[in-house]
Amino acid sequence: MEMLVASAIGILTGAGVYLVLRRRTLTVVVGLTLLSYGVNLFLFAMGRLTIDRPPVLTDGGAPYSDPLPQALVLTAIVISFGMTALVVVLALRGFLDTGTDDSAIREADMVRGFGPRHLGTEARKD
Amino acid sequence: MVNHWIIVPVVLPALTAVLLLFLPRESVVSRRVVSVASVLALAGISVALWGMAQQGPQAYAVGDWPAPFGIVVVLDRLSALMLLAASAIALAAVLYAIIGWDRRGAHFHTLFHFQLLGINGAFLTGDIFNLFVFFEVLLIASYGLVLHGGGAWRLKSGFQYAAVNLIASTIFLFAVGLLYGITGTLNMADLAVRVAALPAQDHALLRVGALLLFVVFAVKCALVPFHWWLPSAYSAGAAPATALFAVLTKVGAYAIIRMHTLVFAGDAAGISGTLQDLLVPAAAVTLVAGAIGVLGSRSMLQLASYSTVASMGTLLLAAAGLGAEQISAALYYLLHSCLIGAALFLLVDLVAAGRGRVADRLLPEAPVPQALMLGGLFFLCGMAMVGMPPLSGFVGKVAILDGLRGTDDAVLAWAVILGTGVLLLVGFVRAGSTVFWKAGSAVSRSDTARPAARRAGLVVAALVAGTAVLSALGGAVLEATDATAAELLDRELYIRAVAPAASSPES
Repeated sequence: MEMLVASAIGILTGAGVYLVLRRRTLTVVVGLTLLSYGVNLFLFAMGRLTIDRPPVLTDGGAPYSDPLPQALVLTAIVISFGMTALVVVLALRGFLDTGTDDSAIREADMVRGFGPRHLGTEARKD
Repeated sequence: MVNHWIIVPVVLPALTAVLLLFLPRESVVSRRVVSVASVLALAGISVALWGMAQQGPQAYAVGDWPAPFGIVVVLDRLSALMLLAASAIALAAVLYAIIGWDRRGAHFHTLFHFQLLGINGAFLTGDIFNLFVFFEVLLIASYGLVLHGGGAWRLKSGFQYAAVNLIASTIFLFAVGLLYGITGTLNMADLAVRVAALPAQDHALLRVGALLLFVVFAVKCALVPFHWWLPSAYSAGAAPATALFAVLTKVGAYAIIRMHTLVFAGDAAGISGTLQDLLVPAAAVTLVAGAIGVLGSRSMLQLASYSTVASMGTLLLAAAGLGAEQISAALYYLLHSCLIGAALFLLVDLVAAGRGRVADRLLPEAPVPQALMLGGLFFLCGMAMVGMPPLSGFVGKVAILDGLRGTDDAVLAWAVILGTGVLLLVGFVRAGSTVFWKAGSAVSRSDTARPAARRAGLVVAALVAGTAVLSALGGAVLEATDATAAELLDRELYIRAVAPAASSPES
């Protein structure tokens, strides 16, 4: 089982890193998702791999499965889920607004408003 | 008697942010009132907490679960100092935002307070997984703030910023998982005790975990080679948001100092030494890269971004030293860097608005309206950033140079800090003279230029005055940072405050 879990983490992380290094935004999003799967499995495994054990300590010192990493994984899953939703929206909006899913910033994109006063010019672009 | 004030800097922004969501959308005034009142209250509480922190570290067990089983929030001098800096910058940023920036997109104030929640939480937490959670909270809010105002530039740089930080968060989880896997705890005080008592066969894994953790913090504080995200995100972001981001990079520096002095102190498993070997050259290269960036900037936003990178390099060059004097100097410089970073980004926004079509590009154009005020403020900001007397940049750099005297890295650090000072000076002089002095030679002012609101100028002036105060009261501030550094290096104080039982390593 150790071999299986370890190679699963390795493959997920490796594929994630490869995809994250690509230039297109949507591939990067998939890469980030794979990375978060990899790290969730890793966190889970940090409580040691056990089967059929209760998640509580008993007086006899019987083997147990550590419940804490499971709670951590749950938190990590929720956070990475929210983050993935956000980057998907960013990638999509970027694609729809600029017509390309290239993640590089072009000179033409570098336009922004300045000044503390709100003149209504920037808001209309939304 | 439990001191409930310790948790207030986390709870207050959370409640404010939620309250702001319920306020009617049209009612701009009520949002502004609630937001400013909450930040003012936060500033007051931070001052009070600094007073309370003088009695030594205090832990607050959330839900009264004893450490290390429950979550703890810890107040000590370092966290109180960081809270003070954060609330001061937040106050300036929110006062600037209510002039008009907050109306350029939805939910500015809500995101602002969620970001404060994350920042304050990161400074206060005594639990490494909660540090991750608070990092995520401040990052989620900062993704929103980078996008505030909209436009293709913000979308794209927001995506890059989010992607870089998500990768960093993944690494953070790997590191936390590793540390938990070896030590079986996430409480920082407990971790410190257990790391010291770890058997030698686990040292290799511990080093991997520790160094992964520092990679994450290095990304946060834009240390070379992880600094590429900063100029892009900071250039595109709305001015009050980037002003608050001046604190964001310091969260990384805070985390490095905290981990370094608490968990991995005393060279457990040789981590401290390795880290110092990595941190000193990385900080030196960061400083050089920032200075070269300043010199090569084509716009004032790039100038401000790269000078932020340079100041992080200076800060970490001192913080890597780990002596009391170095940490103290680094903390002083951190306060200075927060103030001047925020001031510079707000000022660039004002100047660029006044210049109309050329905006912040370093090209000659007709004089800016209110050129005397803006030019004067830019001059002062430049002096503080470069480290010329009499503002706090000078005091900070002198303290750092003095603190590094006699250490192994003294020659390198002195050469880099003094050498880059010249580069920064040339960069700022070039930018200032192009924008403010060559102004007369251009033909006519473009019609999109508009004079800056006086209130906005006052906010920047207040931040610059803050650096002057920091300089005038340099002795008192340095005494405070000395006390902070001394407390940090006596980590038993912290450990005893969090987990009285844990302070003696179990056999």
